[in-house]
Amino acid sequence: MITVSNLSKKYNADPVLNIESLDISKGQSFGLVGNNGAGKTTFFSLLLDLIQPTTGYIKSKDIQVNESEDWKPYTSAYIDESFLIGYLTPEEYFYFIGELRGRNKADVDALLLQFSDFFHGEILNQKKYLRDLSKGNQKKVGIVAALIGNPEIIILDEPFANLDPTTQIRLKQIIKNLAEQQGVTVLVSSHDLMHVTEVCERIVVLEKGQVIKDLATSAATLKELEVHFAGTEVL
Amino acid sequence: MVIGALWLIGSFLLLGFGAYFIIEEHLKMEPFEVVNKALLYYIVFDSAFRYFLQKMPVMNIKPLMYLPIKRNAIVNFAIGKTMISFFNLLHAFFFIPFSIVLIMQGFPAIQVIAWYLAILGLVFCNNFINIFINNKDTVFYAVVGVVVVLIGLQYFGVFDLTSYTAPVFKAFYAIPYLAIIPIILAVVFYKLAFTYFKKNLYLDAGLSSKHDTAATEDYSWLDRFGSLSTFLKNDIKLLKRNKRSKMTMFMSVVFIFYGLLFFTNAVEAYDGPFWRIFAGIFVSGGFLFTFGQFVPSWDSAYYPLMMSQNIRYKAYLESKWYLMVFATLISTVVAVFYLYWGWQAYAAVVVGAAYNIGVNSHLVLLGGAYIKTPIDLTTSKKAFGDKQAFNAKTMLLTIPKLLLPMGIYAAGHFTLGEGFGFALVAIFGLAGLLFKNKVFSLIEKIYKSEKYKTLAAYKQNN
Repeated sequence: MITVSNLSKKYNADPVLNIESLDISKGQSFGLVGNNGAGKTTFFSLLLDLIQPTTGYIKSKDIQVNESEDWKPYTSAYIDESFLIGYLTPEEYFYFIGELRGRNKADVDALLLQFSDFFHGEILNQKKYLRDLSKGNQKKVGIVAALIGNPEIIILDEPFANLDPTTQIRLKQIIKNLAEQQGVTVLVSSHDLMHVTEVCERIVVLEKGQVIKDLATSAATLKELEVHFAGTEVL
Repeated sequence: MVIGALWLIGSFLLLGFGAYFIIEEHLKMEPFEVVNKALLYYIVFDSAFRYFLQKMPVMNIKPLMYLPIKRNAIVNFAIGKTMISFFNLLHAFFFIPFSIVLIMQGFPAIQVIAWYLAILGLVFCNNFINIFINNKDTVFYAVVGVVVVLIGLQYFGVFDLTSYTAPVFKAFYAIPYLAIIPIILAVVFYKLAFTYFKKNLYLDAGLSSKHDTAATEDYSWLDRFGSLSTFLKNDIKLLKRNKRSKMTMFMSVVFIFYGLLFFTNAVEAYDGPFWRIFAGIFVSGGFLFTFGQFVPSWDSAYYPLMMSQNIRYKAYLESKWYLMVFATLISTVVAVFYLYWGWQAYAAVVVGAAYNIGVNSHLVLLGGAYIKTPIDLTTSKKAFGDKQAFNAKTMLLTIPKLLLPMGIYAAGHFTLGEGFGFALVAIFGLAGLLFKNKVFSLIEKIYKSEKYKTLAAYKQNN
């Protein structure tokens, strides 16, 4: 589904990302972990063609993302608040995204109905603009909007941050469901090792822009990651 | 901001030194008298100017609250900071030179200085008053309404308030120790601002951000515009719901009256016939220029979203284009009152509108593609004078926007007469519509080639 080849990104002379090769197959739930500055958001931004690679390329279904825009109809993402339109109400925002992705109002309403649990009564009909919602609620809106229009690839940057515990648990269920039952390729980054190991079949650890671990998730993965991030002296 | 500020300082300095002689020689009136009459409006305009543009340091003091600093010190610091702002310094550039000229013309120095100090006191009163009325729209618009009515009454000679206030201002000169009154007043307002500020120095009081009650709006009647409607619905909400865009709409209403300077012969320099076209273009195109030059910056806050979605650039551009065309047509209808100054005045507005719709709408969008200034929709305080808004490419584009139609008109005017001149401009304008698709695909190309730079630039302030 996604092929990365010789990808690197440098700002001035500072390398921030350098991935020789990486393949993500269809329907995989893929987790990206790493400390601040490891290059997670840079990788996602490259995947969405929001920044230019210094060398190499990313292909999504054999479409090179920085040369053609044909990957856009089947790809969706929520990276940060810059994916929200502050002066719209959540409903208006969902319909807007729906229209961009070729879904009418009824389609969007049907989808939203499935997520009424996830919204926990705090999103719809609140008479608030997105800019006035709390960070957690903004994130809920952004994540659900990324699910509109049956995308085949969904990219979520730090989806668990700022969410309350109930919503975190529901989100884990949603992500698992997307990959396992609907065959959607889900890419998630997180600082929470427990969440990623629970949700993702495969976990890649980035450090200073390099892939240093590429694990198929098993019972031992969480322990291994904890040891890795604690450093060698703590066991 | 820097260019705007320097321009204001320059103009104020020039006026400060020149006002006395201009009034004496051209208006044949007593300069000091005239200035005292105008002072009332000067002070009201100052407060309007501050209301729109002076940023209150409210949000910046939040981090200080968690530090071991006394609340009184924080409040004094915040208010003190407003006192040394540009909005107070600016007046010195007019009044100090003007006072110097007065003294050189033989006015007694002590009395002039007292008069100056009195005005200084009033300027600071304005500064402190602005602290309470900031963001209280109703109070503000009520005051503006009253002032507009007063100016109208004075213009038509019904009632002249300034003849009552001028003696008050003159009294500060005639009886110097009276100057103490505005200074005391300023101190009182400082105290009031201080208590007001201190009382509101809580996260859930003055420092809380106000939430508007939002209503989901459907606008499904716009669906008849097809794929365009997606963006049109959004753009209408953008205009309706953000401070910055409301400011733009307010400015475009002001532009409608800009033509008065030309058609009433108020300014001598504008007497040449081709200046009519210049006026006509601004009267009908206020919105077109103020809004259009910032496409796509209006969408800067969520540009990454737009760029990762399957956006049909043509529909995106067309939506903005239709908004500009509607606004131009509405302005043209409103401007019908120019008929009072003869058919030529209104004809200039109408052909100006034709040229705006056919040619300038495209040029403005083209220029906007190169402007990479992110727009903060939630504040109206930075509405003009961004340094990035002035770059060589956009400056070059003003030639076809303004000078070309003036030239076309002049060509017609001086060969076959004014009717022909107007017709030529209109024909030229409407011919521009033929190139719409070409220009749109050119702009799309620019958007694509500048995409990464634009994204990076918008990220700076977000």
